[in-house]
Amino acid sequence: MRRFGRYIPVLLAGVLVVGLQIVLSATDTTYYMTQITMSAYYSLVVIGLCVLMGYGGQVSLGHAGFFAIGGYTCAALTTCNLFAYREVPLIDWLVAMGLAAERQDLYGAWILSFTPWPAFIVSLGLTVLIAFVIGLPVIRLRGHYLAMATLGFGLIVYRVVLGARIFGQADGLSNVPPMKLLNLLEVNGRAAFRVQNYYIAWGAILAVMILSINLIQSRVGRALRSIHQNEEAAQSLGVNTYRYKLFIFVLSALFAAIGGALMTYYNGSIGPSEVNVMKSVRYVAIVAVGGMANLWGALLMGILLNFLSLRGVFGTYDDAVFGAILILIMLFSPQGLLRKPDVAKLRSFFRLGKSDG
Amino acid sequence: MDNVLLDIRDLHCFFGGLHAVNGVSLTIRRDTIQAVIGPNGAGKTTLFNLIAGTISPHKGDVFFKGRKITRRKPHTIAGLGIARTFQTTRLFPEMTVLENVMMGRHIRTRSGFLAGLLNLPYTWKEDRLAEEQSFLILTELGLAGYALEIAANLSFGRQRMVEFARTLAMEPSLLLLDEPAAGLNIYETKELADLILKIRRRGITCLIVEHDMSLVMNISDSVAVLDQGQKIAEGTPREIQRNPEVLRIYLGYDHA
Repeated sequence: MRRFGRYIPVLLAGVLVVGLQIVLSATDTTYYMTQITMSAYYSLVVIGLCVLMGYGGQVSLGHAGFFAIGGYTCAALTTCNLFAYREVPLIDWLVAMGLAAERQDLYGAWILSFTPWPAFIVSLGLTVLIAFVIGLPVIRLRGHYLAMATLGFGLIVYRVVLGARIFGQADGLSNVPPMKLLNLLEVNGRAAFRVQNYYIAWGAILAVMILSINLIQSRVGRALRSIHQNEEAAQSLGVNTYRYKLFIFVLSALFAAIGGALMTYYNGSIGPSEVNVMKSVRYVAIVAVGGMANLWGALLMGILLNFLSLRGVFGTYDDAVFGAILILIMLFSPQGLLRKPDVAKLRSFFRLGKSDG
Repeated sequence: MDNVLLDIRDLHCFFGGLHAVNGVSLTIRRDTIQAVIGPNGAGKTTLFNLIAGTISPHKGDVFFKGRKITRRKPHTIAGLGIARTFQTTRLFPEMTVLENVMMGRHIRTRSGFLAGLLNLPYTWKEDRLAEEQSFLILTELGLAGYALEIAANLSFGRQRMVEFARTLAMEPSLLLLDEPAAGLNIYETKELADLILKIRRRGITCLIVEHDMSLVMNISDSVAVLDQGQKIAEGTPREIQRNPEVLRIYLGYDHA
């Protein structure tokens, strides 16, 4: 029972997701689903970062960079034009294998580029590789030093994106084709695909949640928490702390890249604003509000705050709001806002109140 | 010679200009309780950290079961079967007592990253087994009632016992105890002595670095005395108690 009891919250979340869809469809407000879908993709970054920060005890101010590597790789591979290399046998082979195809862009011009699936796979592989290479030296650092090193990484990605022609410089890349899933569904931002994309995004979220919950409750998760709570003691028990920290860093980067890639196919474009350092700060702020070591809190806040931000509720103060959130959390509740111990305290408080009355 | 579990050969370690450990050699036999005593700053804890791999010696070697373990990482040394406790107890404060002890099973279990992510069925059995074994150890130490308590909520003495339980869960061949009696009252120290004797009966060799003479003199098979980084005496507790050099540095007698 205990092996599956952990999935009950996932099931409840699934029911809520379906309920929300029914309400939105019934009230003819399905346009909200667009922002919810986008919030869900941002929340993939948040969940990965929550595992990294809350359970692995490491800060990363470079996760927008991984989101961007996922998104930009997909965008670049699916919009580059290979017609000039049509004579190369390799291209023929790619076309024959279905890895590349001709298609018409928005303006009717024919281009030959990679199809979405291979681009998706390559983008995730590339992210894992980069996260691994970055992680190897950086993971040895702790606290502020780690935060600064990852911040540096984020800045580099931002500059590369702004400077490189293949990444569209300040304009970003648009005209990214939608991605088909199993010939039934399509990651596509058009209004006609709204409902199915709402479910695709939530499917991705719940899948990543299940993986994260599994990990945290496993032997590996226990070792990760032990590193967070006392690294030297963990080592004395035979935990290879470096290996574990590196793994969790790469895994959280992978989650971020999945979010970036899906978001890019959904929007049909990606721009440098996704790589902005303020985005990384935003993800950290959301994990902090969510309670650091609280996956569901992080998910809830990830959806809620991103949704409000995308709806333009914060107006021109968008980034300022997230900066302010971070400052307030660090001042008044540096362990995070939605914390399990606090919830337990609250519960016992109400229980006490009941027995008194 | 195969009776020797740990062989320390001419170990040197400097902290800046301080020669913290100066040519210490020590042989620990299987199934014995070896104590290392000495005044503050004698290099006891440094010696300890050199064995556990927390710091590396500048010269000399440590052999464990005939294998050289000098300059290995602490987690590798732990994996070979050397467990340690800390001078100030280091539990994982937000975990339950049971989870703390289960961390001791880490080197005896295998399920990796992928198995964890996917919650593969074979990990369930391994996890349940680890839990049962950990609970058994807690029961033996009379801590079963605290299994689900958060570690940070336990009293100081109990936290130390949980740390013991955690090292026992590792099933080590050698247990390094860094001042285990520090902060315990005389009754607790007596309990601790019984416990260490019990641990030895399980076939675990103990190396104790200690200040508390009563503990050391009552349970050790052999005592080594360190002073200013050097080993100045070694022998049975009785011999050490009569050694004039030891009395001089320990008690400050000019003429013993």
